[in-house]
Amino acid sequence: MTEHRISTPFTQEKAAALRAGDRVLLSGVIYTARDAAHKRLCECLERGEPLPIDVRDAVIYYAGPTPARPGQVIGSCGPTTSGRMDAYAPTLLRLGLRGMIGKGARNQAVAQAMQETGAVYFAAIGGAGALAAACVKEAELVCYEDLGSEAIRRLVVEDMPLTVVLDSLGNDLYRDGPEAYRNQR
Amino acid sequence: MRTIAATLIRDTVARLCMEANQTLSPDLENALRQSAESEPWALAQSTLNTLCENLDAARETGLPICQDTGMACVFCEIGQDVHIDGNFEAAVNAGVAKGYTEGFLRKSVVRDPIRRGNTGDNTPAVLHVRLVPGDRVKITVAPKGFGSENMSRLAMLKPSDGEEGVKQFVLDTVRQAGPNPCPPIVVGVGIGGTFERAALLAKQALLRPVGSHHPDPYYASMEQELLQKINAMGIGPQGFGGRTTALGLQIETFPTHIAGMPVAVNISCHVTRHKEAVL
Repeated sequence: MTEHRISTPFTQEKAAALRAGDRVLLSGVIYTARDAAHKRLCECLERGEPLPIDVRDAVIYYAGPTPARPGQVIGSCGPTTSGRMDAYAPTLLRLGLRGMIGKGARNQAVAQAMQETGAVYFAAIGGAGALAAACVKEAELVCYEDLGSEAIRRLVVEDMPLTVVLDSLGNDLYRDGPEAYRNQR
Repeated sequence: MRTIAATLIRDTVARLCMEANQTLSPDLENALRQSAESEPWALAQSTLNTLCENLDAARETGLPICQDTGMACVFCEIGQDVHIDGNFEAAVNAGVAKGYTEGFLRKSVVRDPIRRGNTGDNTPAVLHVRLVPGDRVKITVAPKGFGSENMSRLAMLKPSDGEEGVKQFVLDTVRQAGPNPCPPIVVGVGIGGTFERAALLAKQALLRPVGSHHPDPYYASMEQELLQKINAMGIGPQGFGGRTTALGLQIETFPTHIAGMPVAVNISCHVTRHKEAVL
């Protein structure tokens, strides 16, 4: 297991160095987007309109935080289940999206698009939302305010702890991790 | 006849929504901390330690344990000798709205399942009411996150499928869920009744303390056997591999029809929340 410190923009070169199972501390700008925001992003593309965020070498965090209390940057903000974004992810990957943060399995179409484009899928710790909030230094609404927690927000994070689940070569921690555990017993 | 004001029910529901989202019940917190100590696989142990630190962070910062503060499942047992002064169901929903708004909890409910559209205050609650003897009102609020809810399943098995069929269905459900429901999970199993009763039993099983057993030794031993088999799958915390896949498994049962054997499996995460109050 290797540990990396990585900053955004998340270039193809940085992505290529990561392997499933590696631990990463990510710093820089990431964007929150989940179900409803992804639907709107893809509708936007279908209409031939530009996206409200530049996805090239960007990292999207599948998350819908709780509202910030007065004086706090953000509320609890752990990852949501990524599989629900599988219908939309390949489109964004082909536009240059380099990183996705969430939790849970991805389908074959996403894994395929990731290998074609050299992208990485990270897991944040699901259910550890109070702890994740401490890594978020700035949070700013970008668009889709009417979606509430599902709006797209621009976050500045510092040393956000992540684990590489799917790397750009197609290795999968959800397959290899449990297998390694079973084999050693 | 004892009178309870609907406003008291509202305020109690609001308080329970906030408390449930901030601290786990002691049985579950203890189970999580013990699993972190006994987990043999290094990556799994560090993941479990992170989950324990998250509980500490929620206490220190006042933030909810998890950002998915759930859909509010509310169970009420109302004594027959109680008169509620005001609209009971409206009071429960007003309590959810108040708790989720004043508690800075996430509003995760949409008004239509297909056309969507956030209701803005996390209402309505999913409300279950039972009329019981006495002059008390017991309210349990169980906010349910959907990462795990989505991994739940129900099957109308045949009587000939027997005990093995039930066990297979439970284990298949957990295996298929894999890393998605934020393991380590808590598993609620409902066996018997009708289609809808089996699902309700599975949900109610999640309200029982982790580590408690079904009063019938036959089912108590099935609970232990299933938990052991789940923790031999190797899914581990967050699906990264390891021993601790489930912290608890509870079975609830009900008589059923001669032709059927409904089984429901309600998957829940390590943030299986419920708080109760008696008025």
